[in-house]
Amino acid sequence: MTRGRQRLLATGLEVTVPILLLVIWAVASSASETYYFPPLTDILSTFADTWVFERVGSDVVPSLVRMGLGFGIAVVVAISTGLLLGLSPRARRAAAPIVEFLRAIPPPALLPFAILVIGVGNSMKVFIIAFVCIWPILLNTIDGVTGVDPTLRDTTRVYGINRRDRLWRVMLPAASPQVFAGMRTSLSLALILMVISEMVASTNGIGYFVLQSQRTFAIPEMWSGILLLGILGYTLNGVFVLIERRVLRWHRGARASALG
Amino acid sequence: MTSVARPAAVRRRRPPLRVPDWLLPWVSVLGVLVLFEVLPRIGVLPRDHFPPISETLSTLGEELGEAGFWEAVSNTLQGWALGLGIAAGLAIPIGIVIGSSRLLYRASRGVIEFLRPIPSVALIPLAILIYGTGLESKVFLAAFASFWQVLVATLYGVQDVDPVATDTARSFGFSRLQRLFRVTLPSAVPYIATGLRIASAVSLILTVTAELVIGAPGLGRSINLARSGGNEELMYALILTTGILGVLLNGIFVRAERRVLRWHPSQRSGEAGA
Repeated sequence: MTRGRQRLLATGLEVTVPILLLVIWAVASSASETYYFPPLTDILSTFADTWVFERVGSDVVPSLVRMGLGFGIAVVVAISTGLLLGLSPRARRAAAPIVEFLRAIPPPALLPFAILVIGVGNSMKVFIIAFVCIWPILLNTIDGVTGVDPTLRDTTRVYGINRRDRLWRVMLPAASPQVFAGMRTSLSLALILMVISEMVASTNGIGYFVLQSQRTFAIPEMWSGILLLGILGYTLNGVFVLIERRVLRWHRGARASALG
Repeated sequence: MTSVARPAAVRRRRPPLRVPDWLLPWVSVLGVLVLFEVLPRIGVLPRDHFPPISETLSTLGEELGEAGFWEAVSNTLQGWALGLGIAAGLAIPIGIVIGSSRLLYRASRGVIEFLRPIPSVALIPLAILIYGTGLESKVFLAAFASFWQVLVATLYGVQDVDPVATDTARSFGFSRLQRLFRVTLPSAVPYIATGLRIASAVSLILTVTAELVIGAPGLGRSINLARSGGNEELMYALILTTGILGVLLNGIFVRAERRVLRWHPSQRSGEAGA
């Protein structure tokens, strides 16, 4: 097979396989009598009724704002802290037990605490989302900085490149593939925690809608919410990958190695 | 040349009065403990929301003697282990197979990218329906969530193999299988290890979430009960317990990682690079 044909085949598969699976789902569920597994067509028509665009302003936008704020705060805090800890072995030593402990607490366990202390409003949700998203990015930034080839590190030092340039032109770029891997993980965690926090205490949002639908046995609505969350996650990830690819263009071609 | 190979000579001189390195973690832990003891007592943190850390710790001490506490811990651990085990057992082989074939990767990418971000918590109603409110729901949610972590890490790892290394191995006549075990897997291991470490945390998160939301027996349910019962010391003691659990589990992974990845730059400190 020639290269061009193989590429064509790959693109074709990428498009057809998901469609094929959807068709299989639709056919398999079309005669479904099971209350909890309604036909796909029912789910889709409910989806159109619910989300285009009736509940966008009331549920989707608030959810996205919480998630964006939480994720944004986490990125800024985690990368700056990660660089600091990655560069200074002593700071890393001192912070290690605290970071390890806070990171290790399962965030839902903090929900009762957050509700008690912050209340049930938006700041509680942003806090929980940011809290969870920090750790994968922080961990990966530290790993990325400490994983920078020691020769490269020593070389820049020997050549007398100053601290700021070392940070911005060597450490950060060298760590960035790892940082992006962490951010990608955090993005999906942000979505998960958005849903959990909205399920536990909220009056709007997609998570609230899904749980509420389940409680009132509005099963097609519940499925349409799950579908929306899937689409949302897919879109967010797609946008993220585009950004990652642009930023890491130099890395892909130049050196796709075991930076860690 | 010889001085470059010795980073000890490059290291800057230390000023005379410093906390020795081995003491640093203890100093910072002690600092935090003192803060959380003093701040509630002098009223900087509201006392009814933040009991002094000594009260929380003594509650935790009492709990250590209770059979119910250990039962909750073992319930949570059971959910964590089964969830992570199932996820890793499925995700690593699948990740290697998909990652090493361009066609398979492209064919499954859309499906993976669509299924992966579906928050497993959105599937809680379904889990209850199919598996009830016990262990099985917990394991299903934990396995579903951690599966994607391991899978994506494995895919990243398999694909981020140095192309020069692969081409070299190929031109030296390594078979597909040999390339897999000698080139692809070793360079993917750091990614898989990180993926497993994160998946372990995710599995614990989902286990606790299931206990909180569904009410399956375990630490999550106990925390919720402590809060609704107004027993804040117990709530904090149990949150601390989940944190300690997480630290212990993570510690196991870090140790294993260090053993397996002795050769990798991130595990070497100060050695001259290859």
